[in-house]
Amino acid sequence: MDYINRGNRSTKDGFGIGLLKLGEKHKNLIALGADITASVVVNYFAEKFPKRFFSFGIAEQNCIGVAAGLALSGKIPVFSTYGVFAALRTTDQIRISLCYNNVHAIIGGAHAGISVGPDGATHQALEDIAIMRVLPYMTVLSPCDATQTEQAIIAAVEQINGPVYLRFGRAPVPDFIDPEIEYIPGKAQTLKEGNDITLIATGHMVWEALQSSKILEEKGISARVINIHTIKPIDKDIIIKAAKETKAIVTLEEHQVQGGFGSAVAEVIVENYPVPLKMIGMHDRFGESGQPEELMMKYGLKAELFTKDILHFINLTSVRS
Amino acid sequence: MTFQKHQSIAKLEKFAYSIRKNILRSLTEAGSGHTGGSLGLTDIFTVLYFNIMNHDPENSKWEDRDRLILSIGHVTPVHYATLAEAGYFPVEELMTLRKLGTRLQGHPGREHGLPGLELSAGSLGQGLSVAVGMALADKIDKKERTTFCICGDGELQEGSIWEAAMSASHHKLNKLITIVDRNRVQIDGKTEDVMQIEPLADKWKAFGWKVLTCNGNNIQELISTLNEAKQASDKPIVVIANTIMGKGVKSIEDDYRWHGKVPTKTELELFLKELY
Repeated sequence: MDYINRGNRSTKDGFGIGLLKLGEKHKNLIALGADITASVVVNYFAEKFPKRFFSFGIAEQNCIGVAAGLALSGKIPVFSTYGVFAALRTTDQIRISLCYNNVHAIIGGAHAGISVGPDGATHQALEDIAIMRVLPYMTVLSPCDATQTEQAIIAAVEQINGPVYLRFGRAPVPDFIDPEIEYIPGKAQTLKEGNDITLIATGHMVWEALQSSKILEEKGISARVINIHTIKPIDKDIIIKAAKETKAIVTLEEHQVQGGFGSAVAEVIVENYPVPLKMIGMHDRFGESGQPEELMMKYGLKAELFTKDILHFINLTSVRS
Repeated sequence: MTFQKHQSIAKLEKFAYSIRKNILRSLTEAGSGHTGGSLGLTDIFTVLYFNIMNHDPENSKWEDRDRLILSIGHVTPVHYATLAEAGYFPVEELMTLRKLGTRLQGHPGREHGLPGLELSAGSLGQGLSVAVGMALADKIDKKERTTFCICGDGELQEGSIWEAAMSASHHKLNKLITIVDRNRVQIDGKTEDVMQIEPLADKWKAFGWKVLTCNGNNIQELISTLNEAKQASDKPIVVIANTIMGKGVKSIEDDYRWHGKVPTKTELELFLKELY
């Protein structure tokens, strides 16, 4: 089937709208702000529910501990800031105060990937998946568009019990997921069937994977496309099935490939059903300033660029029957 | 229903004596752990659990209980010995400290199921933030109970403590009482040599806290200071409790080398005789 872009939207917008909707229903939902409230779209919630929004200033480490204390008191805290701060500045607080205590607290990791754009390397989260997915009890969500990000924050509050890291971006990107399709944490989605290879993508790269599959189709290659919106716990079954039914796997992420999403998929493949695997993403380097589209082009994260790499990979591995 | 509050100083001193004895015995049996700080904090724990706090060993999850956050997880032996003394679990279980399969982890771990623990902790500088979150939740819910947080003096070198301190006064968390274990020593030596934290009272005042000071090894003084701390205030309260590391065993008192050391079996016999 073909996926239609209903219009570009920022995934952070889906987060903000989801949070606002949750506020009506869940009176114990508390949002914490670290100065960039509007930028991470917690302002909708804060304006509607001022008594359940608390400003904690530019002090992310404290916010994580406060979230743990709130959660231990029966509240559902949501703390959102840029992923670089949310996941990396606070890693020890997340490890001990949140994860070791196994509390239901939600961290929103905004500004994921190089598509953050002009702010440059300091503000482009490219290591957060790797750090968050290694922590015991942590669930890592990485939805692919604004519609799915709204579903993801709702699922994080209503369907998950422990700590959750929810990753989303800044740049407007195609909004294409059918809102009628249920979002089940831990259950990946096959967006397109295919027999030759499988493109397994997360976040913004899911749309690019769909575009790539069209180019491959023109070259006579049937590519399956899987959207992994839950990086931890990862849907092993869908990955193993793809490894068995197609001849090679390509992973796509807007993140460092080392330790990140590609590594998470590789762990499943290597242990269960080894097939050739190629990882597309950032390769051990920082991003830089530029417009989102320019950066995605420069770093080879647009379909028209990485599809060439995929074709080269296909020739190397004799996938074509 | 809350646990009985003991008023007799002699009775409270007996509890403290018994807790110190169990700290020494459990640490000797464990073969590793933190003796000095645990002994130094014994009087504070005794007063909190046997006089000040509303809690119920029969129902550790009682929803109106006062909560105690131990930010310095390494002195958990005094917490364990106090909880056992109060009846949260059998005293004999103290001898499983730090052993495989124990509920008494080297640093507190709630997932191992010991009743009475509010927080898994051990990485310094985090507990006060959690206590702020708890006190904030109570403020939202208009609960009148108190959240206590025990911090070490060396721990105050962690920047995150001051993030938490700033936020507690900003949000007017007046049911939050922090007790600073001011024993003036840390692993590398005297706090003022390792990294100066004085003028301590001025720092807390500047961060918007009401500051009280007392002798943290004097039960009478602790009771009156902590009762004063519970009086109505528009600010969070910090009690700077001057303590002596290793208190109760004269030969190791104020000796920073006993921060992370435990008695040998021979030393245990001597220390138990010395104990006062």
